[in-house]
Amino acid sequence: MSLLGEIERSQVVDRGVLRFVTAGSVDDGKSTLIGRLLYDSRAIQQDQLAALERASVRRGIGEIDLSLLTDGLEAEREQGITIDVAYRYFATPRRKFIIADAPGHEQYTRNMATGASTADAAVLLVDVRKRLVEQTRRHLLLARLLGVRHAIVFANKMDLVGYSQAIFEAVRDEIVAFAAPLAFATFDVLPGSALRGDMVVERGAHLGWFDGPTLLERLESLDSSAEEAASAPLRFPVQLVSRPQAATARSYLGRIESGVIARGDEVQVFPGGRRTRVRALAVQGAPREVAAAGDSVSVALADDIDIARGDLIVDPQIAPREARALEATLVWLDMEPLRPGGRYLVQHATRRTLGRIRTVTSRRDVHTLGECPAEGAVAANDIVRVQLALQAPLYVDRYEAVRATGAFILIDEATNRTVAAGMVQ
Amino acid sequence: MSAVLAERRVVLPARSHLDWLESEAIYILREVAGQCQNPVLLFSGGKDSAVLLRLAEKAFRPGGFPFPLMHIDTGHNFPEVIAFRNRRAAELGERLIVRSVEDSIKRGSVRLRSETDSRNAAQSVTLLEAIGEFGFDAAIGGARRDEEKARAKERLFSFRDEFGQWDPRSQRPELWNLYNARVHAGEHVRVFPISNWTELDVWQYIGRETIDLPPIYYAHRRPVVRRRGLLVPVTPLTPPRAGETVEELSVRFRTVGDVSCTCPVASSAASVEQIVAETIDATLTERGATRMDDQTSEASMERRKREGYF
Repeated sequence: MSLLGEIERSQVVDRGVLRFVTAGSVDDGKSTLIGRLLYDSRAIQQDQLAALERASVRRGIGEIDLSLLTDGLEAEREQGITIDVAYRYFATPRRKFIIADAPGHEQYTRNMATGASTADAAVLLVDVRKRLVEQTRRHLLLARLLGVRHAIVFANKMDLVGYSQAIFEAVRDEIVAFAAPLAFATFDVLPGSALRGDMVVERGAHLGWFDGPTLLERLESLDSSAEEAASAPLRFPVQLVSRPQAATARSYLGRIESGVIARGDEVQVFPGGRRTRVRALAVQGAPREVAAAGDSVSVALADDIDIARGDLIVDPQIAPREARALEATLVWLDMEPLRPGGRYLVQHATRRTLGRIRTVTSRRDVHTLGECPAEGAVAANDIVRVQLALQAPLYVDRYEAVRATGAFILIDEATNRTVAAGMVQ
Repeated sequence: MSAVLAERRVVLPARSHLDWLESEAIYILREVAGQCQNPVLLFSGGKDSAVLLRLAEKAFRPGGFPFPLMHIDTGHNFPEVIAFRNRRAAELGERLIVRSVEDSIKRGSVRLRSETDSRNAAQSVTLLEAIGEFGFDAAIGGARRDEEKARAKERLFSFRDEFGQWDPRSQRPELWNLYNARVHAGEHVRVFPISNWTELDVWQYIGRETIDLPPIYYAHRRPVVRRRGLLVPVTPLTPPRAGETVEELSVRFRTVGDVSCTCPVASSAASVEQIVAETIDATLTERGATRMDDQTSEASMERRKREGYF
């Protein structure tokens, strides 16, 4: 199935959901941009605007500050900063959008990694007057590390440079040159002004020389990860086994993480590697002939074999790798540093096993993602490469090839906290 | 690989945003069943929890639900909602647990200033008592991130300590779809399968799936008074105050909770299609239009959540 290059979706108006992560520092106008997207797409309602006016007045800001819309928690409002990833929603007739708003301050690596892990696209802001700053480089690198395929850079504050085409083009060229080796599937740089509303939802009156799409038009046209994952090999992690009555055959419940599955297909089950065929298939409760990445399904197989939660049903032509040890990149998330030689629970798809961090082989510079020697303690927001020994085998792909079976988290057994995000090399 | 697939292009059925949301919610419900020992689904009879029940049917039928349903009853209910709650649980053939704030008041764990005080916040106490009584390690709820800004930062699997408290500063990071529901004895997780849904998504889904709701969600005539920009229903618990004029208006409820703090909006929308149209045009958020308890301060939801509220 994976060899089939051509997978089509029936053409419809509603393309489903696109998730994107936004990043940038406060000064770049990220909150204003999100406020503008919500405001111009009418996702903001009167009482929210009224609360905004009250807050703007209380803080001595003259006009309504759209950036205050994205303020969340009490502690954050008191400090005038954002601590955690916040999720926002808006929709157009073509698509529903989920924004993961990752703050640019403290914890930026952890927050950006969290937001990027489920994102189809990254929207990064640069202040067109400051050009390509270090934070933007870091965000681009992190988005790429986490496997985000599409990146859009919004060159903001064009109103402050007189909407100058020459200034925009200089910034664009610099950013494009930096991003070229990262090989994003889509990489666009757009000029605009979040504050004035140019090129966000509306084109505005000042950028007549720019003939590309607006930010919203671009977001409406991108392929989502689930749409793209349909052309990857089948990976179906079993969440539950259902057997309502002793007399009925078992069916396996879970979500197809990549590829396509159809009635009659030959599949292979790991661990064990036994082969069988798909006898019946239901998507979200209704019988179907074919299902694809992103669908929650119930699958019945031709042979009665022993399958449990955590097992992986795959395309036999492109099977995952059985791994008793992993070479992986970790983004450390916990306040307590990594314990070299320490034991952690490894959660991979729907399976958990124990792992031991054998060695920290290198550290990646968060500014350049270049490799450097692994010296010192590994603390929150550090990115390292490790060798991980596993108590029981996992069936993995390289993260670059299949996100769902290349990703894992580490859990501290004593605190139950999620301490690291891992990506299989 | 099937011969059919090898020779032809695969044409996949279109996946609308509702399909996407539905698939994600089913995945989350199944993760709860796979990871937790003793989960419960909170069912109030409201529209969001009615959606949860439909999602649970899609996730687990023809099998039974791997969790009972539970309602925390404030005792100040709209009778239509309680009738709907009982009927729906019976139709599904699933076990319904009811625990009431009234019992917490008798035990002395809830103390109200007056009999007619809102019991909405007191629900947290009863909820935590019930979670302790049954030893639940996960409670599934219908809260959505678009409802309120403190919720915008909540995880899908949200950890609560042994006091039932939510600490926004030490939430577990949530990456990919790898949810961590592990807890020690006495702790639990709250799970929100429709976190990513908006009010509009919920109504569109109710329409698509023809989900049954208590009749008060649709336009009906009801005596109300106007108070602080809200329409307050006139009930034995919420009588008109001196100087207020009782009017009978066509209204519907957008949220349904404790009688003493839930207000309807003026509406003539008698069908799901009309409500969807009104929701698209709505100029007030769901909570802003209907909840007295959320207007008290910019952070009132966040404070209640820290204390164990949903």
